Amino acid sequence: MKKPILTALALTLGLALAQSVTLNGAGATFPYPLYAKYFDVYHELTGVRVNYQSIGSGGGIRQLFSGTVHFGASDAPLSDAKLAEFEKKFGTPAIHVPTALGAVVPTYYLPGVTQPIRFSGSVLADIFLGKIKKWNDPALAALNPGVKLPPLPITVVRRSDGSGTTYIWTEYLAKVSPEWKAKVGVGKSVAWPTGLGGKGNEGVAGLVRQTPGAIGYNELIYALQNQIAYGAVQNRAGKFVLANLASVRAAADLADFPADTRVSITDTPAPEGYPIASFTWILVHRDLDKNRAVKSAAEAQALAALLDWIVHDGQRYNEALHYAALPEVAVRATEANLNSLRYRGQPVLPK
Amino acid sequence: MRSRIYGKLGDRAFTALLVVLGLAVMLVAVLLAWELASGGAEAFRTFGFWGFASGSAWNAVAEQFGAWPFLLGTLITSAVALALAFLPALAAAIAIAEYAPRWLAEVVAYLIDLLAALPSVVYGLWGIFVLVPLVRDRIEQPLFLWSAEHAPALMGVLGPPTGIGMLSAVLVLALMIVPYASSLARDAIHMVPRDQREAMYALGATRWEVVRRVVLPYARGGIFAGVVLALARAIGETMAVTMLIGNSGQLPYSVFGPAATMASLIANEFAEAEGGLQLSSLLAVGFLLLLLSLAVNLIADFILRRMSVGEGRK
Amino acid sequence: MNLRRRYLRDRVMVALVYLGTALVLLPLGFILLHVFTQGIGALNWAFFTQPPAPPGEGGGGMLPAIVGTFVIDLMALAMGGVLGLGGGVLMAEYPDHPLNRPLRLVANVLGGVPAILMGLFAFVLVVEPMGGFSAFSGAVALAILMIPIIMRATEEVLRILPWELREAGLALGLPRWRVTLSLILPAARGGIVTGLLLALARAAGEAAPLLFTAFGNPFLSFDPLGPMDSLPLKIYVYAISPYEDWIRQAWGAALLLALMLMVTNYLARRALRRS
Repeated sequence: MKKPILTALALTLGLALAQSVTLNGAGATFPYPLYAKYFDVYHELTGVRVNYQSIGSGGGIRQLFSGTVHFGASDAPLSDAKLAEFEKKFGTPAIHVPTALGAVVPTYYLPGVTQPIRFSGSVLADIFLGKIKKWNDPALAALNPGVKLPPLPITVVRRSDGSGTTYIWTEYLAKVSPEWKAKVGVGKSVAWPTGLGGKGNEGVAGLVRQTPGAIGYNELIYALQNQIAYGAVQNRAGKFVLANLASVRAAADLADFPADTRVSITDTPAPEGYPIASFTWILVHRDLDKNRAVKSAAEAQALAALLDWIVHDGQRYNEALHYAALPEVAVRATEANLNSLRYRGQPVLPK
Repeated sequence: MRSRIYGKLGDRAFTALLVVLGLAVMLVAVLLAWELASGGAEAFRTFGFWGFASGSAWNAVAEQFGAWPFLLGTLITSAVALALAFLPALAAAIAIAEYAPRWLAEVVAYLIDLLAALPSVVYGLWGIFVLVPLVRDRIEQPLFLWSAEHAPALMGVLGPPTGIGMLSAVLVLALMIVPYASSLARDAIHMVPRDQREAMYALGATRWEVVRRVVLPYARGGIFAGVVLALARAIGETMAVTMLIGNSGQLPYSVFGPAATMASLIANEFAEAEGGLQLSSLLAVGFLLLLLSLAVNLIADFILRRMSVGEGRK
Repeated sequence: MNLRRRYLRDRVMVALVYLGTALVLLPLGFILLHVFTQGIGALNWAFFTQPPAPPGEGGGGMLPAIVGTFVIDLMALAMGGVLGLGGGVLMAEYPDHPLNRPLRLVANVLGGVPAILMGLFAFVLVVEPMGGFSAFSGAVALAILMIPIIMRATEEVLRILPWELREAGLALGLPRWRVTLSLILPAARGGIVTGLLLALARAAGEAAPLLFTAFGNPFLSFDPLGPMDSLPLKIYVYAISPYEDWIRQAWGAALLLALMLMVTNYLARRALRRS
């Protein structure tokens, strides 16, 4: 007899607590540490709870398509085809809100090697194609004069789930290696020729950290927070660049910024730019009432206010977590996009 | 009059309630199979049922999906785990039921029940942080180095000595099904009538002879059914395998190298799949997994009915 | 001569049997030992009273997951209990009912369905139509897991009760439903509670059915229609993560979960012995 009473208790308690707005989001693991920080701070500021689950960009987009979350998050912009599909399905376009810039770095675990290893795009592609199998391969040795590379076999670690980090990584590899482009291609989840699969950025970092001779790819902060070694990558100008705030910001320094903010900055021509960097986006419906998950005008307003906070005040938390803050051009483009958000035809952001 | 209503109507209402509940249970089972089948229909239509089951590519970029690497991964890991677990599990069951003094039997039985109750994620956690380093440093790397020097041809079969992969997954899987298989075997042995044993002892048989000639033949059906049920458990096991197997859908598999099972594929990709054909393919894999575990369970049922001596004598 | 060989063989086989048993118990003992020694350090006040901290920051606790485990499992028990009891009573008390044969088959089949498929099913059936991940959908997945266990346990204990008990009740002029509700079920109470508790223990350790249903939630939540955290889910996420602090807490959560399941199993045994 106690069970129904307990359930009823849970129900009423739940209703009482549900009065404060809760927003659900899902998607990219790449910006998860940053978003966790944003939402922690935002909850203290406003009482709005944002439940963000880092399930991967592919999942975030699907959840947004099936109307189970208020917003999706992705490291890859929607393709033109996907955008058209979205507009056809909901009768409203998807809005891309960039939140930060991040870098994807080649992480590795080589016991006894202290200085950062240098990679070039084609060597990285060959490693992930399974063509370079040992750490003391001549191609690697040529890039790293003076470094004593161990004769360990290379264990490639990559994502087992759909992911925007994978998208950035494969997009870069496809730009620098024709063979990669032909054999594997670009995508959030690809048919990997080799390697162990880890779930999420956390899973890949966890595996790399556990496995001597492993190489994986991670968002910079996952490497920094866990003291996993990461390598320098040769950019198009021929310089070996380590990912840091300055080199990522340099990569995003674009003269003409597209209004919808969908832009790729991998393999940047900037001489000081780090070549495997990207914006990361939050995706929402422009007409928020078209999203089943948005159940009231109050929720729509809370969502818009959150996004507005992120691209302005929230930016100050980026750099401490090693995500570059948005360049001014991106913020301006986004302001215009946020002002177009509506709920039942009414704009949701106060002018 | 009142009591008749109370009796007849009450009885009828009560039966109706029970029937509704029973029907609901059946509805759940039917719906489960139906949802998986209809969810996977698009994949089955695109590739054909056999084409999907035997296709070896899993490529979201090219929209090519086949379940064979995962089907094979499931079959290999669960069969090997069962082979590893069978004799120790049987030994433990015999020790508890036949040999051990009562106090020891109780302690061992209690421990084994306890381990059967440990969640899959806990086995996975232990696997990642205790078993994997051990397997990597003590088994895989020495073997790999040895074969590099003496038998280079073996290296491809062995695969990368990283600790994460088939070997670790199989070892943990074997550990997980031992308690289950053992307690089923124990139950079967307990069903052997006492007088059968005593008759043998009276004839001067040794303890082993009693086990060999009476207990095992008598409990054969139950033990085999238990084995098959343990196989079914291994086939559906998800979390620990996902955490340890390395999640690679590439054929062919190697001993140390990464692999994937149907359950681990679903656990990894389902929440992340972007939709469309990939999602449908994942549901189709779920449907295949359902078919496989159904088949194995029905085989266990069949064995239990056919092979148990007790039934035959009636 | 022959006798000596027989005795020798006996000795050898006994030794082998004990060796096999040791082979089973040793690694399993190690698991328990590791879970205890690694987990005990993580169990502190914050562990039980704090929500999780952002990754890499350290500190924080498991409060939402602990609460969520109870909420989800009790909801599942309520649903699975009703269906499982109904089916079990039907099979035991109405042995001639035409529904029994298919029902028994279904119970067997459901008992063999991998837990992850319950999660897929609950996703398609509950999460998508209701438009969101929820504790309720997780409870549905776990309830389906519980049904066959409860059904089988209920049927078994009712079967053991002597038919005379029912006949005595009927002879007193009680209708059948009163006999079942007032005589049979109370008499079998201990065994039924055991079945419920065993089903609870089995479901409470499962993470796979919750991956796409309860989904996890870093905030404390009692809302059954929103996402909710659970200990097995948290152990999985934390175990594969690279953060020292999360891994430490994963061991703590594993110890806590193991202790909870042990207590549940112990209660189940006691209920059985009492009846």
